[in-house]
Amino acid sequence: MSETGITEIRQYLTFRLDEEIFALDVSRVREVLDLSTITKVPGAPNFMRGVINVRGAVVPVIDLRVKFGLSMTANTMDTRIVVMELTFEGEKTVISALADSVDEVIDLDPGSIEPPPKIGTRWRTEFIKGIGKQQNRFVILLDIDRVFSTDELSLMENVDAQAVPEINTGQNVSLET
Amino acid sequence: MDQHKEVYREEAEELLLELENSLLELEADPDNNQLIDRIFRALHTIKGSGAMFGFDDIANFSHELENTYDHVRNSRIPVTKNLIDMSLAAKDELRIMLSADETKKQNKEDELRLKEIVESFKKLAQDEKLEETFIVSPDRESVSALQINHESDEPVTYRIRFQPDENIFIQGTRPELLLNELNRLGECSLTGLTRDIPMLGEFNPCFCYIIWDIVLTTRRNIDAVRDVFIFVEDTALISIDIIDMDIVEDSDHDYKRIGEILLEKKDITSQALHSTLKEQKRIGQILVDSSIVENENVESALKEQKHVKRIRDKHHMTTGGSSIRVAAEKLDSLVDLVGELVTLQARLNRKAAQLNDTELLSIAETAEYLTGELRESTMSIRMLPFSTTFTKFKRLVRDLCTDLGKTVVLETEGGETELDKNILEQLNDPLVHIIRNAIDHGMESGDLRTSIGKPQHGTVSLKAEHSGAHVIIRVIDDGPGLDTNAIFLKAVQKKMIAPDAELSEKEIHAFILTPGFSTAGQVSGVSGRGVGMDVVKRRIDELRGSTEIVSHKGQGTVIILKLPLTLAIIDGLLVKIEDQHFILPLSVVEECLELERKDVDLARDRNIMDFRGEILTYVSLRLTFDINENLPDFEKVVIVESNGEKIGLGVDQVIGKHQTVIKNLGKIYRDIKEVSGATILGDGTVALILDVNQIVLSAQVSGRVDL
Repeated sequence: MSETGITEIRQYLTFRLDEEIFALDVSRVREVLDLSTITKVPGAPNFMRGVINVRGAVVPVIDLRVKFGLSMTANTMDTRIVVMELTFEGEKTVISALADSVDEVIDLDPGSIEPPPKIGTRWRTEFIKGIGKQQNRFVILLDIDRVFSTDELSLMENVDAQAVPEINTGQNVSLET
Repeated sequence: MDQHKEVYREEAEELLLELENSLLELEADPDNNQLIDRIFRALHTIKGSGAMFGFDDIANFSHELENTYDHVRNSRIPVTKNLIDMSLAAKDELRIMLSADETKKQNKEDELRLKEIVESFKKLAQDEKLEETFIVSPDRESVSALQINHESDEPVTYRIRFQPDENIFIQGTRPELLLNELNRLGECSLTGLTRDIPMLGEFNPCFCYIIWDIVLTTRRNIDAVRDVFIFVEDTALISIDIIDMDIVEDSDHDYKRIGEILLEKKDITSQALHSTLKEQKRIGQILVDSSIVENENVESALKEQKHVKRIRDKHHMTTGGSSIRVAAEKLDSLVDLVGELVTLQARLNRKAAQLNDTELLSIAETAEYLTGELRESTMSIRMLPFSTTFTKFKRLVRDLCTDLGKTVVLETEGGETELDKNILEQLNDPLVHIIRNAIDHGMESGDLRTSIGKPQHGTVSLKAEHSGAHVIIRVIDDGPGLDTNAIFLKAVQKKMIAPDAELSEKEIHAFILTPGFSTAGQVSGVSGRGVGMDVVKRRIDELRGSTEIVSHKGQGTVIILKLPLTLAIIDGLLVKIEDQHFILPLSVVEECLELERKDVDLARDRNIMDFRGEILTYVSLRLTFDINENLPDFEKVVIVESNGEKIGLGVDQVIGKHQTVIKNLGKIYRDIKEVSGATILGDGTVALILDVNQIVLSAQVSGRVDL
């Protein structure tokens, strides 16, 4: 078993943020949409761009560029919304992310995937599952559950938490008996 | 077969609920025979249908219980707390058995426990045997089972033949009064049999020659019927039988045929019936023709047939028309579909307005009206009265009292208040928790209570009432109230506030709604672990409701939950700020008006506005949401009601009423308190639904508004 925990050939959807190529396990991707009107949710952090209507359901849109410290995603011909399924606080949730462009679906065998480098990357290593090599290009495999983990999304809560120490972060969801 | 089993399970669940309810009522009113009968009947049905559908363990177990209640019914076993305790435990066992996987064999432990319960019931019966002779008077014993069985809500049909003594007039009784009295008991069909009236020559006007056949359907028991004849029963020939016992179970079948009725009434013999039956004419006619029976007897039988049919039809109409059982998922999907339809309706309206075609506009208008009606009735199907939860809470209070050795009475009010089924279900846990709290560390012990001049038993009231598009539920206890000082100190200790902070009592009380906050000195089995009220609050928040605490030291605590009537579709007011649409729940909107730019600027600076001479708090949504471009020359103000106060909300435009299908924004936006959800507009974009109370609150917090 490799260090990345990836042992079989899988398909990945590649997309670009800035000049970098990122990849997502296709099993997590629901669909890719053209840019449509995003409704801003006031008070939310910058990287949470708002919500869109995906065939009757209201789905949050995340700006991965902002999340990764780049400028806000511009509205171009190539801009796409990648709708994906992920697990958030133990529940299946549908979330979408903006990409500068969506390229293709590729096969990657585990042998060509390296663990993320510990230092010297402009991307936060905890979001990276591994680095795949394909035709002399590097493809960054995203750990999408990590990107959208509770800590990452509840920036707002953290602000509140300073006023309320010893906060119970949701473990005690069940009522005491 | 599995399907039948499922139906049985559902029915049994209901019966168990009724059983529990009756048991709890019986405890308060031990002499109520009707309750005992109800318990008996529930057990009997559980047993009977259980055996039919292969739930043998349930059948056997409930058989034992039924036996016990047979004794209770006959006053051989008194109603005691012990009996109720055991019965409730037994009911819980039945429930477990019912939900258990039937393919799995019961394990030893379960079996042992069941055996124990059965034994204790048997023992109870034996212990009380001795007293039997004292309590049970002979005539109580002789009262037929019929009476007790049917002193009930189910109507019973009696066949009465009343043959008064010839001298009844001379004795001073007027038979027609008796018949009138019967008529008052219920629906009554009467046939006078006049064959005994002699020819005029022999006729004595002082004698009564008529015999009456009466068919009576009544909810009263047989004694009430007998009582009518109480003064003549020694002289007259009276026979009273119960007929049509199977009115509910078997109403698909036709009632007895004429021949059968006559046979039952012993007007003919079965041989005569069979021989005539062969002739294949209308049976009544044949019987009369062959002078086996008098014409009037047949008439009387015919009348009985008609009477029963009429009662049945009525019964059908009421039961058939009043309710049908529908799987909850079907309802949910219906609501979803209506939601889709409403969204589509919005698109239609938009398109019609764009094309500006008169005909299309009128179609869209009619369709909108229909969609609205459809929405209303679909929503009303999902509404359930609050009282459906009462039994559970009564039981909870009872069990807690037993565990904690306290005496607490649960009072309920507003049980008829209706709430969306889904909300009602999700309300269960929070309410259980609040009631637990109220009784455990909320209630003083009995001795302490008397010493401070309160009634010895504590009271917890559960009240529900409508208030606009909301339901307000109050849980009121007359315990010691919250310890404001202790909460304050705890908050300081937890560094939530500065030691010198000046807070109102209400603000301090609100701390118990924050996570990890408990002032209970020791952790008990019931509460005090510090998870609880915060979870209650979170649950209520998830339901788009609000939680409030009012407490006075020494007098008790009131927890007030304000909940929306439904979670699915509401009427909203669509407003616009810059290029963004927002929905305000129409239920909080009072009216809309226009402000000129200069008034707006004034209002913004001071956060107050002049509303026909009244000074109102003004909150600019542009400020709240940080939208600063393109200030319009005129601003619309929507006057809304928030926490009992009128507030003006500044928006750019008021677009109009909008049927709003509420969609969840998802967990990642749960920290945005001002937005309670989203909806999809006619053009496919998303509009946010605003939580007015939260907007006012956050405006206050950010110091923009001082209320």
